Amino acid sequence: MAVSRRTFLKIGVASACVLVAARVLDREVFVLGEARGSLDLRALSNKDAACIAALAGAVLKSILPDDAAARLVAINEVVEAFDRTVAGLSPAVQTEMEELLSLLTFSVTRRFVAGVAKPWDQASEQDVSNFLDGWRQSRFALLQQGYQALVRVIMACWYGNPLSWGKIGYTGPPFGKELGLL
Amino acid sequence: MNESSIKDPIKIALADQRRDWRVTDGTQLSNEINIECDVVIVGSGAGGGTAAEILTQAGLKVVMIEEGPFKSSSDFRMRERDAYPQLYQESAGRQTKDKGITILQGRAVGGSTTINWTSSFRTPPATLKHWRDVWGLADYTEEGLAPWFAKMESRLSIAPWPVAPNENNDILRRGCAKLGIHAAAIRRNVKGCWNLGYCGMGCPTNAKQSMLVTTIPGALDRGMTLIHSARVEKLTSRNGRITSLVARGMAADGVGVNTEAGPHRIFVTARHFVLAGGAINNPGLMLRSRLVDPYNTLGKRTFLHPSPVSAAIMDEKVEAFTGAPQSIYSDHFLDTMPHDGPVGFKLEAPPIHPILAGITLQGFGEAHAMWMKRLPNMHVAIALLRDGFHPQSTGGQVAIRNDGSPVLDYRISDYLWAGMRHSLLVMAEVQFAAGAKIVMPMHEDAKPYRNWLDAKRALEVMTMQTLRTRVASAHVMGGCTMGVDPRTSVTGSDGRHHQLENLWVFDGSVFPTSIGANPQLSIYAMVARNATRLAELAKSPASMVA
Repeated sequence: MAVSRRTFLKIGVASACVLVAARVLDREVFVLGEARGSLDLRALSNKDAACIAALAGAVLKSILPDDAAARLVAINEVVEAFDRTVAGLSPAVQTEMEELLSLLTFSVTRRFVAGVAKPWDQASEQDVSNFLDGWRQSRFALLQQGYQALVRVIMACWYGNPLSWGKIGYTGPPFGKELGLL
Repeated sequence: MNESSIKDPIKIALADQRRDWRVTDGTQLSNEINIECDVVIVGSGAGGGTAAEILTQAGLKVVMIEEGPFKSSSDFRMRERDAYPQLYQESAGRQTKDKGITILQGRAVGGSTTINWTSSFRTPPATLKHWRDVWGLADYTEEGLAPWFAKMESRLSIAPWPVAPNENNDILRRGCAKLGIHAAAIRRNVKGCWNLGYCGMGCPTNAKQSMLVTTIPGALDRGMTLIHSARVEKLTSRNGRITSLVARGMAADGVGVNTEAGPHRIFVTARHFVLAGGAINNPGLMLRSRLVDPYNTLGKRTFLHPSPVSAAIMDEKVEAFTGAPQSIYSDHFLDTMPHDGPVGFKLEAPPIHPILAGITLQGFGEAHAMWMKRLPNMHVAIALLRDGFHPQSTGGQVAIRNDGSPVLDYRISDYLWAGMRHSLLVMAEVQFAAGAKIVMPMHEDAKPYRNWLDAKRALEVMTMQTLRTRVASAHVMGGCTMGVDPRTSVTGSDGRHHQLENLWVFDGSVFPTSIGANPQLSIYAMVARNATRLAELAKSPASMVA
């Protein structure tokens, strides 16, 4: 899609302003998100965690366990792995991820940039899928980048987890099986 | 046999007092370190490891500094979620500035040789000819380099691999055969390989002859000092020479340097400084150090072999997570495509493990899940584009962020996009020829195609664009271009910096173009030659005085 340099610059400046606003305002009108029980988080806030949990459900769908309780455990493990992943990013990339999560969890930008009306823990799977599709197909690189970063990390967090391997027919590392390490 | 019967030669040597290895863990410093030596090497991959062996064999006092950890076979558990954060740059998530290309690059003792897929090729003659013709590198001839290739092939057990390819590679072979395209077996640097398929997570059986189990133990046995888990922050220069470097120990989690109060710094003075941190980190360090760069050439012409990816579903099981990950290649689209025309590419197959597949397949939700559920039947091909040979392929530019970390700005030109489309077409045709039921080019707009004609029609009009087309890279090259003209290059043909007489660049970052093949053997051979020259120079009486 052709975007003129002038338009692009405007978008660039606007996005930067929105990101800064989201981070600053978020601290002022901070509403505590639904705490995710006993999750031990280093890099993510509880609000971030609720967002990632909602995203994980829509990103992974039927590849998650069918049983409701097992599905909840799986999603919590994705959130914890997401947290570890963010903590392990280089400082520069970690900052980018923090900005992205601020944008998604601050209610104003969640509504107007992500297009999700309800808080993440109340959003339907369809709402979340619509948001992901919107950013995926966006003509703005920043939103496409955001979509890809979120989906990639969630995929990595789930498919790195041996709990996911049964459904995809991955037999796991050879020694682990022999020694019962998995 | 099981893993408990495998001995870890590194852990054994470290525990053996008679071997007296001098190894320092940068996360555990209790004092500031000040060292003087003949040569300090920054980086421990194909370049650093080769140089370390040759320089210590010459009797020189060598210090090697590596940012990553010192892990060895008993740590290699064949689990992606452990291996990627531990052994790769930026947890295997390093990306170009616009996030358009994901770069797999090692960060551990042994560098990328610890995690590469063992593919070993001599530098293609056409690449060397281009270097002689365009870059004035007269001594880069097949004959001149042959003894150095032979030396390193012998050192690292590089030989034809007698075992049949795994099914993922055999599909590439069969598809090429059906279309009358030449394909052949890849030589590998392995000794007693178990054919497990986990090279990318660190070889658990020590079969891969990486720097980790060959040259670095050899250099440690000859008195080299290895400081791992430490990042070199700055080189200091004066009067046309580098005088010292300062490094800082990494924090316990290994992500960044230790910023807490305490003795975390390492100062090294040396007669010669060797950079071997790879094509992104070397220019990063040199830019951060504000080294002289009179013609503004540093960090430019950085190449990646940018590689589009094509997935296919087969009737039979492929199980591309088992067996040697790369064993078949085709150079048909390099050999038949001259440098001055459309970009050529090398066809290969990658291993398919759950995380790699999960993050590379496009889409999300059911569309993505459907593909993951067929992982055992999935074949994947990649096409390594030969970047850097044509005026419209000038590579990327390394810059430093505010925090001093390096970032590569690599814009994919229309010339390269045309090659991406061409290679996606070729891969789909090869895959259908090999019997694929469904082919899916890795592109946000692609759908699963059930026959070659549908795939062809779709690919011919698909928008080739950053972020929409998946592009991966496992090879970083260039950024410290070698050449005879200081106005267009950073080092001479011997890897010596044009303006700083005791600074040497010994790895793939001196390549003036990409290689057009997996680069490890090119690095081994060229560094073996250049490090031998440095060893002679460093031992001469005149150099001792300087």
